Order: sequence, then C-alpha cells, then structure tokens
Amino acid sequence: MARIDLNHIRHAYGPNPKSDKDYALKEVHHSWEDGGAYALLGPSGCGKTTLLNIISGLIHPSHGQLLFDGQDVTNLSTQERNIAQVFQFPVIYDTMTVYDNLAFPLRNRGVPEPEIDRKVRETLDMIDLASWANKKARGLTADQKQKISLGRGLVRSDVNAILFDEPLTVIDPHMKWVLRSQLKQLHQRFGYTMVYVTHDQTEALTFAQKVVVMYDGEIVQIGTPEELFERPRHTFVGYFIGSPGMNVMPVTLLGGMAQIGGHQVQLPSPAMPTAAGKIELGIRPEYVRLGRQGMPVKIAKIEDIGRHKIVRTRLENQEIAVIVGEGQDIPAEPHIAFDPKGINIYADSWRVGGQ
Amino acid sequence: MSVQQDTLVRTSERPEAEQHRIDKALARKMRKRGDESKFWWLIPTVYIIFLMLPIYWLINMSFKTNQEILGTFSLWPQNPTLQNYAVIFTDPSWYKGYINSIIYVVMNTVISVLVALPAAYAFSRYRFLGDKHLFFWLLTNRMAPPAVFALPFFQLYSAFGLIDTHIAVALAHCLFNVPLAVWILEGFMSGVPKEIDETAYIDGYSFPRFFVRIFIPLIASGIGVAAFFCFMFSWVELLIARTLTTTAAKPIAAIMTRTVSASGLDWGVLAAAGVLTIIPGAIVIYFVRNYIAKGFALGRV
Amino acid sequence: MEKTWNNKAWFMVLPVLLLVAFSAVIPLMTVVNYSVQDTFGNNQFFWAGAEWFDEVLHSERFHASLGRNLIFSAIILLIEIPLGIVIALNMPRKGWGVPVCLVLMALPLLIPWNVVGTIWQVFGRVDIGLLGHTLANLGINYNYVQNPMHAWFTVIIMDVWHWTSLVVLLCYAGLVSIPDAFYQAAKIDGASRWAVFRYIQLPKMNRVLLIAVLLRFMDSFMIYTEPFVVTGGGPGNSTTFLSIDLVKVAVGQFDLGPAAAMSIIYFLIILLLSWVFYTVMTNYDAER
Repeated sequence: MARIDLNHIRHAYGPNPKSDKDYALKEVHHSWEDGGAYALLGPSGCGKTTLLNIISGLIHPSHGQLLFDGQDVTNLSTQERNIAQVFQFPVIYDTMTVYDNLAFPLRNRGVPEPEIDRKVRETLDMIDLASWANKKARGLTADQKQKISLGRGLVRSDVNAILFDEPLTVIDPHMKWVLRSQLKQLHQRFGYTMVYVTHDQTEALTFAQKVVVMYDGEIVQIGTPEELFERPRHTFVGYFIGSPGMNVMPVTLLGGMAQIGGHQVQLPSPAMPTAAGKIELGIRPEYVRLGRQGMPVKIAKIEDIGRHKIVRTRLENQEIAVIVGEGQDIPAEPHIAFDPKGINIYADSWRVGGQ
Repeated sequence: MSVQQDTLVRTSERPEAEQHRIDKALARKMRKRGDESKFWWLIPTVYIIFLMLPIYWLINMSFKTNQEILGTFSLWPQNPTLQNYAVIFTDPSWYKGYINSIIYVVMNTVISVLVALPAAYAFSRYRFLGDKHLFFWLLTNRMAPPAVFALPFFQLYSAFGLIDTHIAVALAHCLFNVPLAVWILEGFMSGVPKEIDETAYIDGYSFPRFFVRIFIPLIASGIGVAAFFCFMFSWVELLIARTLTTTAAKPIAAIMTRTVSASGLDWGVLAAAGVLTIIPGAIVIYFVRNYIAKGFALGRV
Repeated sequence: MEKTWNNKAWFMVLPVLLLVAFSAVIPLMTVVNYSVQDTFGNNQFFWAGAEWFDEVLHSERFHASLGRNLIFSAIILLIEIPLGIVIALNMPRKGWGVPVCLVLMALPLLIPWNVVGTIWQVFGRVDIGLLGHTLANLGINYNYVQNPMHAWFTVIIMDVWHWTSLVVLLCYAGLVSIPDAFYQAAKIDGASRWAVFRYIQLPKMNRVLLIAVLLRFMDSFMIYTEPFVVTGGGPGNSTTFLSIDLVKVAVGQFDLGPAAAMSIIYFLIILLLSWVFYTVMTNYDAER
C-alpha cells in the first residue's frame, strides 16, 4: 500500500491546451494517505474518471507528476505501477473458473504454484466465494463477478492502491448495500489504499473516510462526510450532497446581519469577513425551522418521504426547502427561521464564512 | 517450499537487497507486457498488397493493347490506351451484359429483403409451431451447392417459360439469399427491445403502421447489411445465372467467358471487362464501409 | 428475449416459405425423381430404385473427387482461419486506417467468381502474368496447366486471396465488440500478449469464428467457378472437385440419373458435415 501524491497534475485531451477551458482536469495538487479510503464524487464529465485513469496509468497527464510513496511513477506503464482496478462493468475472464480468475494475475507474475494456491484460497474466503472456486466465472451474477474483479486485486498482496470506477452501477439495489459494507470491512481489516469513483453520494459517503468532490475538472472539496455536510466549501457541494440539497440564496451583508429581500437574518459569528463578488447564504433544509416565528413563507408543496417531510416553501421569490419531522404539524400561517449553526456564507460560490 | 533463485516473486523470506533486484526485474518484465508491437501495421499492409497486386495487374493490362500485353512485359502501360474500354462501351453485346446483371441483382435484392422482413420479425418475436425446424431448414438452403440446382432450375424455369428473363435469375438467387437475409435481419431485430413494440401498440399504432414507421427505421442498418449481402452473392454468382440465360438476360460475367474463347483471346478487352465488373462492387462497399464491421458479424456478436 | 407463442406468425413466414419452396423444394424433388429412375430417351422413365445411388457410392471417380474436395476444404480452413485471425488482430481499431483497410479487404469478396478465376488465370501465366513471370525469373518451372502441384498451388492461393477477407472481417467484428476495460484489466493483471489473446480475444471471437468456419467450409465444398475457369478441373482430373465433376456428369455427359443421385449424396454430405461442425462447436462452447 502506498501514499499517493498528486503533484500539480493537469490534463487536457486536446493537443495544445491554451485556456483553462481546454483542460478536462484542472490543477490537482493533493496528497492521499497510505491506507485511506477516498471517494471521488461528482456528476458525469467532472473529470473524476480522468483523474482515476491518471492514477492507474491508462492516461498520461499533460502536466504534473504522480508519486507513489514518494517515487515518481508518472512515466511508468499501468503494469509497472502495481495497482488494481475494478471497472464499471464486471471484467472477468469468462472461460476460466473463479479460482483461475484469481490466480491469473499471480501466474502472470511467475509466482510459484503453492504460494498462488495459498493466496487464492485466502482471497476466496475474503470475498465469500470459496464454495464457487471451481465454477466457471461466466455463470455468476453481476455482484459475484464484481467480487471476482476485486479479488484479482486483493490477491496481490503488494498492490499500491485499489481503484474502483463506479463498481456498483450494474448491481441490484439490495446487493449494492451488501457489497458496500463488505468493501468497508475489507478496508478496515487490511488497510488498503482505496480510491472509489462514483456519482452516487450515498455510496461515497458510506464508503469513504474522505470524500473528494469534483466539479467541472476541479476538486472543490476534500473532507469527511460530516465536513461536506456541515461546511460545504463550494455551493456545488451544498447542492450535490444532501437530499434535498442546500438552500442557496443571494444576500447582502450588513454588519452581523444578512439581508434576504425584505428580511434580516442574524449571522452566527459577529466578525464576518467583508468579501467582494456575489454574496450568497447557504443553509441546509435540516437547519431551517418551520414554526410560527421568523420570516413568513408560502408553502408550495409537501413531499412525504416516510422518515420525514420535505416542505417546499417560498420566501418572497426564493424557494427554500425545509425538512420537518414526521410527527410535526405544519402551522396555518407558516414562518421559517434559520438555525445559526447551519449558516454558511459564499462569495462567488466559495465559502467565506459561517460557524 | 523450494523456490527457484530467479523466479520473480516477492516473498518475505528474502533479504532486502535481493528483493529490490527482483522487483526491478519484475518491473522490466511487466513493462513490455500487453503492449502492441510497433510493427503491427506490417501485417495488414502486406496482406493488402497481396490483395491488390492481381487487381492492379488486371487494371494494368486493361490499359494496354493486345500487342503490348503479349509482346513486352512491363509493370505499367508503356502506351496507355482506352481502346479496350471503347470496345466495351460501343458494342451492345458487351454493355448490355452490365445492364442485365444490374437488373437481376437489384430485383433479387429487393425481393429477398421484402419477403425476409416479415419472416425475420416472426422468428425474432414469436414462437410458433415448428419455428426452429423451419429456421434450420431455411439455412440448409444456404448450404445447397449451386451445381446441384443448375439443371433442375433449367427444367423448372423452362416449364414456366421464364428462361432468359431477368426475373428467372432473380428468383433462382433467392434460393440462397432469402435464408441469408432472414438470418441477418433476425439477428438485428433481436437486438431491438420488445418493449418498443408494446409501447407502440399502447400508443395506438396498428401493426403495419408500427412496422413501417417505427420498426423499419430502427433496423435500417440491418436492412442495409442484408441488402449488401444479397447484392454481393447475387452479383458474384455465375453458374446459375449462366444456366438460366441465353442472350436477352445474359450477365456480364458470362459474356466474358464466351468472348475469351470466341474472339481469339483479346486479353486487353478481357481485362477491361474484368475491371468493369469490379467497379459496382467497389462502389457498394464504399457506401456501406461504416457498417461492414458490424454487418459481417450478422448482428450477432 | 421472452418470445410469445403465436401461431399466426406463420402468416408472416408464408412469403418466404412459398418463395423458397418454389426455388428449392420443386427443383429438389426433380432431382430426387431423376435419382430413382432410368431413361432411354423419349421421356420414357423406368423405376431404378437405389441403383444410381449404389453406382455413385461405389464409383472410384466419385471417391476421388470427394477426397480432393475434402483435402481442399481442409487446407483452405487451415490457412484462412489462422491467417484471418492474425490479420484481424493487427488491424487498426480507430482512425483513417479502419475504412481504408475494410474497403480494400472487402474488395475481392465482391468480384464475380469467374472474374476471380480470370484474374488468377492471367496473373499466373508465365508469358503475361506477374506471378508466373516472377516465378519463372526465379528459375521455377511454373506451369499450372500441366503440373498438378502447381495447379493446386494456384487454386489454393486464389481461394486464400478471395476469401481470407471474410474471416478477417468476421473476426474484426468480434474484436471491436470487446470493451476497452478488458484490455485495461489485462494490463493491470500483467497479462502477456498471448494471454490477452487466449483469455479475452479468442472467447469473444468464438461465435463469429463458428460462422466463419461454417461459411468457409460450405463454400469451399461447393466451389465450382474459380477452379473451373483457371484449370478446368485439370491437369487430368487433379483439380476436379465435386461440383466440377457433377456438372461434367450432368451437362457434359447428360447422365441425369447418376448426376441426380450424386447431387443428393453431395448435398447430404454438406448437411451432415455442417451439422457436425455446428454441434461440436456449440457443445464445446456450452461446456466451457
């Protein structure tokens, strides 16, 4: 296992990138810890797969260096980097048995048979497929096939990192949950460095210790699930994570107060930075209180999703979503109030203040 | 555990320095793995040269006079002449052959695809009494040697008074083209989800309207591929076409063989006629080039 | 796909059925009819039973041309299938090279078969053909008209020239359907070039290879026009394959009975061998 350093990496698919727009991946400069579980989260086309392919060596970055444990691997081929990868669609060797599938990477590297046998049996136990060892791989279900893909990485004890490229896309919903928890267990027991690409926030938040949110070729935030939820560094993170996403509204700052249309909201910290640009206030629906005090709103729609209700309200022309407990009733003349704990202030979409 | 000294393996029992050397060797070995050789293009290039040489030779000859062909051996025409082509384009017995060939080939292609469409739909969507046997029986006709059928065809079409007509050849070629068209179209149709049919019926489409307006556009590439194959096999077939025609519908390919023996081997004209038979095929290939790869798999990969 | 049971589908198959019945069943019945009768001319026929079948099955001439045809088909398959695979593996996958390769390679497939024969007949001639002339200059006494070995060489190289592209295009179609992820996974697993072929490319080409083997076998077993134009079945009978022999008997000698019996035996052999190929390969496929 290795620490991964992304040293000023940029990538453009075209030959002569001029402006920032030509880059599919804008500058990335980060260090990922040995044994960490990272999720790359973002919408399609945000550059997350490009970044993954740069790590695996399938793409050579236009600029910058990639280091594994301090060693420059930028110019090494995929084979030499000693990584494992699980793809979106199960990649297995159809004609081989499950056992041979797992033995394949070891045999290619000339490992002696007794050692192969030991490692393969160990891995089969890890991924719960021991009883399937002698079955042909082609007859298995999608989730078993994905486990084999994973197993081919696990069987090599010396891999630097295991990469996952949206591995649960073709898996049935109930098996997704099972696989995810098995994956997490494996990570906790054996401490692999794992990088997991997904566009599904639930997957990212449950799997990873650190979630890397990407947007438009940039990393907008790296943080624990809690940090992403409480303190989104960018309004995009606010929108993208949480269901429904964060309410973001344009405000003007006046001392310790924020002016929303005709209303004023008390900001948490007294010393708010004076920032230029477009100022917005972000607050998650979980921190908006619906009651008889505060700012008067109209209710547009109520969605009951079982555990709680999502109330879509309008404050003047601003839509604000509120989460209300299942038992709580909705007053005839609704008002909303913002919990100061949940207030974040953004200038040009980047977070400048809050609790 | 006995381990060979030079196996490239990481094991914990080795000293650090040796492990390092092994790692490096393994990395070197892995670097070359799975990479394409730099000379991959050599094989298709040599193959294409092999394919093109005889065709080039034919073209080369078609621009030479008969004297030059027989007199001097040269890799390209010394005195290029269009005389051979002029002979073909001015003599009706030559150029009529082209028209005949094209007429029956097009007729055959249209008939084959039209009758194959509903049948392929039935095979791809429904199960019915004897469907599997019927399908296999159809395919066996593709295996029938034309030589076996040449004589009975002659008698059959004589009985109907169809000898020396275009439709006779077109119908006879249906023997191997219809099964092929059914097979290809069935492959493509099976790739279209059944939900599309059901949605159309729910939307109030009648079957014929659905088939023509929605389904056929969906399998347009399959129809193109099937038409290409029908064209190809009808165009290249000679044995049956020659048996069923005498003069009025005689295909160009058959006229060529006759002229070889009759006119005392005019190699130049023969070569020019040969070149002209290649051209329609080349044009058809050019138009379907983007479908060739998928088409040759008959929609079944 | 789940198919619904619907006997009305027969109506959709009906046009095909009628057409194929007209162009296959009636002629085939004529053949069967001839095969069991004898005639002394004047449209007078006598029941001959299995006499013609007996005669054909015991005729050395039939055995010889059957043997030649089997050897020919075997050589063709042994050359064209591996060669086609090797070429398909080395074809470009993207860029301008793809349409160029596809169009040029498909060209021989669309040349009328007798023109293919003519091209090679000319190409192999020592006096005016490039191949014959070159071989003669190399000091080889090349003469496909008189030397049976040379005639076989010419017929085989002509068939390779004519039909290898079909195998190439089929294999290529199988190869381009393999998602990139498979190659990437193979790289990550450190697979050698051979392992990539053996465990990724070959399994994906299975189905198209089956089609290729079947088509090439059937067509090479029915070959008539090309060798007829080049060698006319000679020198002697050395390149007289089944179809050529059949046409000689039926049209040349007008022995309808033996010709019909021979046709039926010939057709049955093709059906049988194709069926064996098909079942063996699909069973092998299912087992794996």
